[in-house]
Amino acid sequence: MVTLNEYLFLSALLFAIGLTGVMVRSNVIVIFMCLELMLSAANLSLVAFSRFGAIDGVPIYSAQVLVFFIVTVAAAEVAVGLAIIVAMYRAKRSTDVGDMVTMKN
Amino acid sequence: MIDLAWFLLLLPLGSAVLGGLFLRRWGALVGLISVVSVFATLGISVQLLRSLPAAPEPVTWIDVPGLKLQFGLILDRLSVGMMFVVTLVGALVHFFSLGYMADDDARGRYFAGLSLFMFSMTGIVLADNFAMMFIFWELVGVSSYILIGHYFLKDSAAEASKKAFLTNRIGDFGFMVGILMVWGLTGTIAFGPLEEAVKGLDPGARGFLTAAALLVFCGAVGKSAQLPLHVWLPDAMEGPTPVSALIHAATMVAAGVYMLVRSEVLIALSDAGQVIAWIGGITAAFAALVAVQQDDIKRVLAYSTLSQLGYMVMAVGLHAFDEAMFHLYTHAFFKALLFLGAGAVIHACHHEQDIWRMGGLAQRMTVTFATFALAGTAALIAVPGTSGFASKEAILEAAYQHNHTLFWIAAAVAFLTPFYMTRLVVVAFLGKGRSEDAGHAHEVGLGMLIPLVILAVLAWTSHLPFVAKPLMAQIPHHDGGHGHGEHASPVGMISLVALIVGVLSGTLLYWNKERDPLRIPLLRHKFWIDEIYTVIVKGCQDLTGHVLYAIDQLILGGALVTGGAKLVSSFGSLFRRVQSGSLQTYGFVMGAGVLVLLAVILMGN
Amino acid sequence: MPHLLFYLFAAFAVFGAFGVIINRNPVSSAFSLIACFVSIAALFIGMNAYFIGTIQVLVYTGAIMVLFLFIIMLLDLRAEERRPINLGSALAGLVVGLTFLAMAGAVLVRFPEGGRGMPDLASPSGSDVHELGRVIFTDFNFPLQIIAVLLVSATVGVVVLCKKELH
Repeated sequence: MVTLNEYLFLSALLFAIGLTGVMVRSNVIVIFMCLELMLSAANLSLVAFSRFGAIDGVPIYSAQVLVFFIVTVAAAEVAVGLAIIVAMYRAKRSTDVGDMVTMKN
Repeated sequence: MIDLAWFLLLLPLGSAVLGGLFLRRWGALVGLISVVSVFATLGISVQLLRSLPAAPEPVTWIDVPGLKLQFGLILDRLSVGMMFVVTLVGALVHFFSLGYMADDDARGRYFAGLSLFMFSMTGIVLADNFAMMFIFWELVGVSSYILIGHYFLKDSAAEASKKAFLTNRIGDFGFMVGILMVWGLTGTIAFGPLEEAVKGLDPGARGFLTAAALLVFCGAVGKSAQLPLHVWLPDAMEGPTPVSALIHAATMVAAGVYMLVRSEVLIALSDAGQVIAWIGGITAAFAALVAVQQDDIKRVLAYSTLSQLGYMVMAVGLHAFDEAMFHLYTHAFFKALLFLGAGAVIHACHHEQDIWRMGGLAQRMTVTFATFALAGTAALIAVPGTSGFASKEAILEAAYQHNHTLFWIAAAVAFLTPFYMTRLVVVAFLGKGRSEDAGHAHEVGLGMLIPLVILAVLAWTSHLPFVAKPLMAQIPHHDGGHGHGEHASPVGMISLVALIVGVLSGTLLYWNKERDPLRIPLLRHKFWIDEIYTVIVKGCQDLTGHVLYAIDQLILGGALVTGGAKLVSSFGSLFRRVQSGSLQTYGFVMGAGVLVLLAVILMGN
Repeated sequence: MPHLLFYLFAAFAVFGAFGVIINRNPVSSAFSLIACFVSIAALFIGMNAYFIGTIQVLVYTGAIMVLFLFIIMLLDLRAEERRPINLGSALAGLVVGLTFLAMAGAVLVRFPEGGRGMPDLASPSGSDVHELGRVIFTDFNFPLQIIAVLLVSATVGVVVLCKKELH
């Protein structure tokens, strides 16, 4: 019997890995991918709650609706974000985060 | 219906306002108005003297719980007598000025100033409480400033008027503190209730009373030019001579003595008398010594005034209040005479004031010489029979009875006075003329002679009962040679000896000399007191300046302003590093921030 | 779902996640992420969330990750040269991650409902698309419309961003 806690811990683990990735990697595309990982981890915990909180044999569908929306928004975000990255690459010829800083000092 | 006494104040005020503000351009007119006003006040004074009416209702100025200030008049023998003397000398000086200032373009300003002075002096004399007296005290200082600085285009005159005002101010500060102390001790500053209040004081408060009396005396030190605030009086001779006659000889400087006599009860019932008497005595001696070596005729007379004022103050200190007032009255007459006479001489010699450039004036200006030498000088040096003799004797008598040391000091002054006056008369009037101007001098006009003659008569008669009785309830008299039994007072003998020795030595030393045979730099330079004061004052100012500059630069400028700016900018630099531009730093900060928040929330539960 | 399968797919997911952050080559990172997503989809299906699981595969892996791969190939990114690892940021990231994990663990330990097993479903193998669709179009209609607007604006934005300057 898999318990709720196990799903939730898995979700937390994936989220933590994604968070660490955002802070450690310097390639902006990889950073973006880690963001997606974090979103997926959140989705996992939502679905877990939806299933484990089933009332009278019916799962809580509103949580799954939320997941649906999250996926949609993630898609849009990725599209726009990658467009921005492409634009920046055209300007700076590099995908390293350090090269994209335009502030003096 | 306004009481007659108020006109004593209103007339000169009106004359001053009219003359000073509206009619200044027509000098002769202002002079006329001024003279009329002062003669009118003289008339009123005589009337009041004869009838001595009750005081009019005071005008209330401030009336709040805890403080009630009024303008009221006190009309007792002391104040009305003083008024008479002030208006009489004032009238004569005004009359003299018509002639003396005839060719001065700023006549209007001059007479307006004189009227302002008469108004202020009247205020002091008639004031029925300390506060009102203080206000008029300051006004008199202002009038003196205006009048000393009449020839303000001359640097020395402008400096002198400032010096007078500032020195007076120092004394007035002590005066003010003294008034406040009196008020605090007794709860009243009106002269009427003051006597009762002081008598009713707890004996333990005697120390405070002494302190209050001494502080009030500070005002007299300033106004009557006692040591150490005497420095303004000789310089005040920069003003026109009639001004010197009226203000700096007869009346304003006497206001200090008058004020002390008014506060008789404060001095009589405290221990302040010692200090006051000694200051008076030392001033008298100091001034007499300096007078011996002065060459300007007005300076000699100025130091002589200082010396006589010292006598009066000494008398007050010895609780001889009547004697002091008596001498004040006689001195007013003969000193005014001497100054006006000097004015006539200066006028005749075309504004020459050095006695070593005069000479031989006795034949050329007979009347002036007669009044100057035979009346004014005679009274000053206390020739028996003059009014000056009577009043000075009274003071010497009082000194002999209370304090032998002071008596001998006074006796020494009684020797020096005839010495320097004889020097003055011999050098300025007798012998041959020593300069062009002296050779061409001629007698002054009738307008200037009449006041001289009147004052000369007064110098010989003002001690006689029919003149003095209305002024003083009891004429102090000395026992002279005929003792009352106990002991024959040697005072008369000593003063006579001093007189004769002084006159003889003066004549011998100065007869027919071209220049001064005595050269004593210490006396000639007034004991270098002015120079000492300059150094002290300048030193203090520079020190204060440096300290303030340091504070401004270091503390205000450096620590506060620059320090503040540097503090802000350093904080700014510190916090600027947050905006690094590095994405990962931002990410880290955000992540850490979220964790902290979570921790806080979790702890809360 | 049987315990074993759960742990299997969980392990795949975790390894995939680690692969994302460890690989030097961005393409390798992308493939690791795909593996991770597929594992998560499996977990979804194991929880009877068929629609969501399908969406996860179709949209996340099929569209989003494909887009990522397209961009990587477009920009022709090579493997990163061995840059000197910034020890500071690596340490910071590690600390944050571990701290988060610790806190999550602390919370879960105290979670009273956590020990629950999966409740039974009324119709475990039935399609949930109908139910989900009903809920979306009735209770969450308004957010749905807004999401539509969002997608349109995102599309427009992308076009604008990628326009070349007209000379």
